[in-house]
Amino acid sequence: MAMSANTRTTAKLLTLAVGMLGFALFVMPPLYDAFCEITGLNGKTGGRYEAVPAAVDTQRTVKVQFVASNNENMPWEFKPGVVELKVHPGEAVDTVFHARNPTDRDMVGQAIPSLVPFKAASYFHKTECFCFNQQTLAAGETAELGLRFIVDPDLPPGVNTITLSYTLFDVTDRIAQQTQNKKADASPI
Amino acid sequence: MAHGPKPGFTRWLYTTNHKDIGSMYLWFSFAMFLLGGCMALVIRAELFQPGLQIVQPEFFNQMTTMHGLIMVFGAVMPAFVGLANWMVPMMIGAPDMALPRMNNWSFWILPFAFAMLASTLFMEGGAPNFGWTFYAPLSTEYAPPSVTFFIFSIHIMGASSIMGAINIVATILNMRAPGMTLMKMPLFVWTWLITAYLLIAVMPVLAGVVTMMLMDIHFGTSFFSAAGGGDPVLFQHVFWFFGHPEVYIMILPAFGIVSAIIPTFARKPLFGYSSMVYATASIAFLSFIVWAHHMFTVGMPIAGELFFMYATMLIAVPTGVKVFNWVTTMFRGSMTFETPMLFSIAFVILFTLGGFSGLMLAIAPADFQYHDTYFVVAHFHYVLVPGAIFSITAGVYYWLPKWTGNMYNEAMGKVHFWLAFIGLNVTFFPMHFVGLAGMPRRIPDYALQFADFNQIASVGAFLFGAAQIVFLFNVIRTVRGGKKATDEVWENPQGLEWTVPSPAPYHTFSTPPVVR
Amino acid sequence: MGFKRLFAFPTVSAFASTAFAQETAQKAEEGVARWGVNMTQGVTEVSRTTYDLHMLIFWICVAIGIVVFGVMFYSMWRHRKSRGYQAAQFHESTLVELAWTIVPTLILIGMAIPATKTLYDIYDTKEADLDIMITGYQWKWKYDYLGSDVSFFSNLSTPHSQISNQQPKGDHYLLEVDEPLVVPVNKKIRFLITANDVIHAWWVPDLAVKKDAIPGFVNESWTRIDEPGIYRGQCAELCGKDHGFMPIVVKAVPEDEYHSWLNDRAEQAALIKELTNKTFTFDELYERGKKVYASTCAACHQPNGQGVPGTFPAIAGSKVATGGMEGHMSMVVNGSPKNPAMQAFGAQLNEVDLAAVITYQRNAFGNNMGDTVQPIDILNFKNK
Repeated sequence: MAMSANTRTTAKLLTLAVGMLGFALFVMPPLYDAFCEITGLNGKTGGRYEAVPAAVDTQRTVKVQFVASNNENMPWEFKPGVVELKVHPGEAVDTVFHARNPTDRDMVGQAIPSLVPFKAASYFHKTECFCFNQQTLAAGETAELGLRFIVDPDLPPGVNTITLSYTLFDVTDRIAQQTQNKKADASPI
Repeated sequence: MAHGPKPGFTRWLYTTNHKDIGSMYLWFSFAMFLLGGCMALVIRAELFQPGLQIVQPEFFNQMTTMHGLIMVFGAVMPAFVGLANWMVPMMIGAPDMALPRMNNWSFWILPFAFAMLASTLFMEGGAPNFGWTFYAPLSTEYAPPSVTFFIFSIHIMGASSIMGAINIVATILNMRAPGMTLMKMPLFVWTWLITAYLLIAVMPVLAGVVTMMLMDIHFGTSFFSAAGGGDPVLFQHVFWFFGHPEVYIMILPAFGIVSAIIPTFARKPLFGYSSMVYATASIAFLSFIVWAHHMFTVGMPIAGELFFMYATMLIAVPTGVKVFNWVTTMFRGSMTFETPMLFSIAFVILFTLGGFSGLMLAIAPADFQYHDTYFVVAHFHYVLVPGAIFSITAGVYYWLPKWTGNMYNEAMGKVHFWLAFIGLNVTFFPMHFVGLAGMPRRIPDYALQFADFNQIASVGAFLFGAAQIVFLFNVIRTVRGGKKATDEVWENPQGLEWTVPSPAPYHTFSTPPVVR
Repeated sequence: MGFKRLFAFPTVSAFASTAFAQETAQKAEEGVARWGVNMTQGVTEVSRTTYDLHMLIFWICVAIGIVVFGVMFYSMWRHRKSRGYQAAQFHESTLVELAWTIVPTLILIGMAIPATKTLYDIYDTKEADLDIMITGYQWKWKYDYLGSDVSFFSNLSTPHSQISNQQPKGDHYLLEVDEPLVVPVNKKIRFLITANDVIHAWWVPDLAVKKDAIPGFVNESWTRIDEPGIYRGQCAELCGKDHGFMPIVVKAVPEDEYHSWLNDRAEQAALIKELTNKTFTFDELYERGKKVYASTCAACHQPNGQGVPGTFPAIAGSKVATGGMEGHMSMVVNGSPKNPAMQAFGAQLNEVDLAAVITYQRNAFGNNMGDTVQPIDILNFKNK
């Protein structure tokens, strides 16, 4: 009797422990991402936005600043075409970032967006963005990276400056490793 | 069932006896306490003066990291598990732990985990150097190669803690003597029951976070790397979701110990037993919703900042209830001041001071000034050293006569207490000052205006270290002989452990006692 | 008596906020404020509010402490067995227990109200006059003045000989940099804070600004400095080996001075561009390179070029520094493709400094390659 009670308790507690491990590994990361998207934590902007026709609020002007920086070991030149734009909420605006790979090897870059103030993040919609994809630049190659965005007319009234930052990461090795893994998986052994 | 232990080394290797395992846990934790303490002395010696004298910055960072890890996982947690092993069965009238073979295993994997962790000191690139909180990406992309061994040793420690906790819960829930209802259990048993649940809930989260690190380092995932769509801040959220309950894991059993000792030496029942139980439970619950107060400067939306600030401030209420209860237990008692009582009173005073600085740290806008300074170092050392270390020491002095059958040397115990008490305050009190004056933590060298107080702190640290040698000597002497202790040891103490002979026989309560 | 005096003890910056502003600040700068025990009041509205909040909570804690410890010490004195005191046996009282749950809750609410208000102020980053991007690097800070071309790195300027105790330490030991952040007073300055490698935290106590710098993400904070002066801070998040050696110095100046400084910086940048086309002698490059090495390379590769075994490779006798020029330039300009600790210095140093430091590395530490590289070569390499 005592044994079986102990076994039952142990089984329940082990289930709790395994459940918490699963919670940490499989629930917390997506939960965190969802949380970030809702609150704009870390200025994470959403994915591709399907443009819905909205009235342009010409009464209001919002300053949008663009900032580009490179993560460590990213030798590309990377800068915004214009450093700031004055836009009306609701209008679709195009801008570009310039990138150049000055090295003698082909490289892959990934730009990570971050937007402040955080509370504006969910009101900043990108319909086209180079950050949706990785960018491959051959040795010495130059590229114009396009961005089209709409500032939501529902942007909270206090916000009149939005700063959009892109950090460019070198993902050449990461991509190479992934393709290698894929090849290994596909090999008929 | 009257047979005693096997002779020789195999007694310890194969033992399933809760008393043997408890002793091994306690000795192991004391060894780790000395090792971690030596590392602290390296840190304090380097900080004695401005400039680099003894160690280089990279080794300094290894020392701070290893000191933290060893003290948290090697010294404090195993010591509490050791006390639980010894005392929980004796307090609830059980013959042994519920799962004795697992008990053996959960102890014996610990030395391997710590041997692995300590071996990283001799590896190329050195030991982990990213702080005991190991924030990514410093601990992933920028970590020394030894990080993999660190991860595995954390896995093993986690497994050990979870097994220990399961064992304690099973023992408390299933092995109580007839009549020992939950609300009759000594508070040490209660606090351990709650602690064990906390352990089972959060140690897997720690295992999860190091597993994610392992994946990021070796298998190309990017949980914590922005380049692959991850986020370094996620690490901090997962870590502190473990980390905050973890700090209560290191303090709740201490509440239990002190709640046993103060009534004995005040000769008066514990005031507010049931509110103590509820306060412990509410602290445990709150510990799950305050984690981000460790991350006020990380850049959270204001709503998050406010929520975590309010929730953290709320913890002061149940903690305050406990302190008031202890003081009221002493009030109109008939007090004597033997060594366990001295350590317990010091616990109440100094833990309360740590609580005050904790309340100050909870105030988010002020925390922007305190965060990651020596003020924080002062705060958590005030909570942990008097909180965990003093309570463990008090518990050892309190129950040592029961374990060994001999009285410890009271004069030496008092010398130990006063050395430790003065050493502790001389070490950690000035840290409040340098922290407020602007000294960041985890720096191997500092600006000249912090020199005076750092010098004082270093002197105090060596005093505190010396006090532990007195302790070791006193314990060894008591184990070997000394004045015989009576079965009750103290004057009319409460609890089943005092109804068995001193020293406690190898097997106690083979037939359950009757609890009125 | 001593207590109040202790807390009124001036720190460097507490001086700076008095009426004599600049002169007094200069004087206070000369000595080191020792035995500082309290938080600075700082030089901004936010820092003063934070200080007041800190002191409010502190005194509330002191008051609670006096009551609780007072009762405790009283009973330790009166209710001892040695005085023959007989123990009472009471062990619960619903009323008392309820009271000491409710009263602390009310006190906490009293604390939460001013704290919430201050937090809202700190979070109000809108309508800034000036935006500065701050980027944390292992182990230095980079400042970009948005909307202008001014951008520079700020390195620790305390000489290594002071750290290793071969020379007496200066007053601002470890709190001095080669290029301070220069800002105007009485302007709302918004900081955009990010990092290049690991997490750092930008902290200047006098401004009460502390914000984590996280690679890939941008945080924001702001300040408005009342008094001209020099305000010092440090990195506040463990970021590796030289975490303790990446100070922050903010120099707040009147607005016109700030503008002339900004113009000077722009001119300097133009000058460097001109120098890029100049041909330097070996000695000129070697001497300049020595300085650049000390501020940029020595932290990892060590002042003697021996590196740290297992962590940072040696320059002395290394394959890169004694191999082909192309490979050496690539390593310094583009960083190491294998080891993230070796950063791409192409964007951090100008062509003149790059040429100088490469020349130095090839000829110091017994490498004796005897060759030089000119700034124009670096430019051509970058543009290849």
